[in-house]
Amino acid sequence: MMKTCLVVDDSKVIRKVARHILEALHFNVEEAGDGREALDRCEAGNLPDVILLDWNMPVMSGMEFLRSLGASALPNRPKVVFCTTENDVAHIRAAIEAGADEYMMKPFDRDTLESKLQLVGVA
Amino acid sequence: MEVSDRAAQVIAGLFEKATGQRFTEERFWRIGTTLTPFCKARGIGSFDQLASILARSADPELSLDIIDALLNNETSFFRDPNVFTQIDRHILPRLAASRQDVKRLRLWSAACSSGQEAYSLAIMLAEQAERWAGWKIEIIGSDISRSAIAKARSALFTQLEVQRGLPIRQLVGWFDPVLDRGWRAKPALTSLVTFARHNLLGPPLAGGRFDLILCRNALLYFSPERKHQMLEGLSLALASDGALLLGAGETALGNSARFVSDPALPIVYRSAAHARFTNAA
Ligand SMILES: C[S@@+](CC[C@H](N)C(=O)[O-])C[C@H]1O[C@@H](n2cnc3c(N)ncnc32)[C@H](O)[C@@H]1O
Repeated sequence: MMKTCLVVDDSKVIRKVARHILEALHFNVEEAGDGREALDRCEAGNLPDVILLDWNMPVMSGMEFLRSLGASALPNRPKVVFCTTENDVAHIRAAIEAGADEYMMKPFDRDTLESKLQLVGVA
Repeated sequence: MEVSDRAAQVIAGLFEKATGQRFTEERFWRIGTTLTPFCKARGIGSFDQLASILARSADPELSLDIIDALLNNETSFFRDPNVFTQIDRHILPRLAASRQDVKRLRLWSAACSSGQEAYSLAIMLAEQAERWAGWKIEIIGSDISRSAIAKARSALFTQLEVQRGLPIRQLVGWFDPVLDRGWRAKPALTSLVTFARHNLLGPPLAGGRFDLILCRNALLYFSPERKHQMLEGLSLALASDGALLLGAGETALGNSARFVSDPALPIVYRSAAHARFTNAA
């Protein structure tokens, strides 16, 4: 069955690039423009298999989203791959501590995205 | 830039002489696409001009750079994760037991390109610090490409490279960021690995036999005769009870009588002489 990836990013361009690659990898793609929108979807039971999560976004950041998702005790928590320009060790460690499964630094390409999806076991 | 037949023959001849790989005529087009930017950067105006420099052996550095440019150096960390799982679960525990008396381990990443495979092995071993405490561990990476070996030695990988195959926890655990340049393997890894320029068709590497040899995604570029020749070389370098791993889709069977696949672990090749010996015993 086709897996679903929710792309959470306030940049339309990034969402489009990610969608393009993900569709080529046979994913069903959904989009959200900030953490709040993504959380609403998840809490409504609309759970993807994996979430590609930006860090800095208006309304609700990726980190706040991840913490809320962790606290929400959902049955099948999706895998979470951060996808951000933050590329320092402090940010990466904080993301891992908050429960991120993987972490991808922008810019990314098809190979890196595919590799991260394999590492979290959805590709 | 146009590649004349004559120029293509000269370049393909140089490449084959150095690497043992034949550039078939259907692949001559690659010479043009790969080397056009290369020539432009060096102010060489045509492939005929390039060919005549090469034919006169007037510039050895240039020849080496061309060979490097034409080699396919595709690689990644933990390429084919299943292979590394097998090494972790089956090959290393067995070596830990069989080498317990000498406490010495020699691993060879043959045709290692820029070294990701060697560093992947180093990460695995470094993460099993307890098991290998007090052991002398050597991981040797070799490749014919001068630029690939220089990169492997630098231990510096771009942000894209460290994001292919390497889990994020291992990136932050075993690499340090280098501002605007990427990530460099920490001394805990670099102290385990050494790199050498080496032609798999040439004389063996010095320093003794290896307990585990990975020669992955290299044989496929060679003719059956050359595959045979390479496997002969690998068999001489492998400890009698050592393990050889090839790439997915590569096989020793039919290319060399020196190896048999391990019935207990089919991705592993073992020395045929040793297998006969142990079966008879
Ligand atoms: C596709 S890469 C594979 C790298 C790595 N083993 C892997 O599986 O990811 C093939 C490598 O073989 C090297 N190579 C080609 N001919 C060789 C030769 N005659 N001796 C040693 N290395 C060679 C190339 O330079 C290149 O780095």
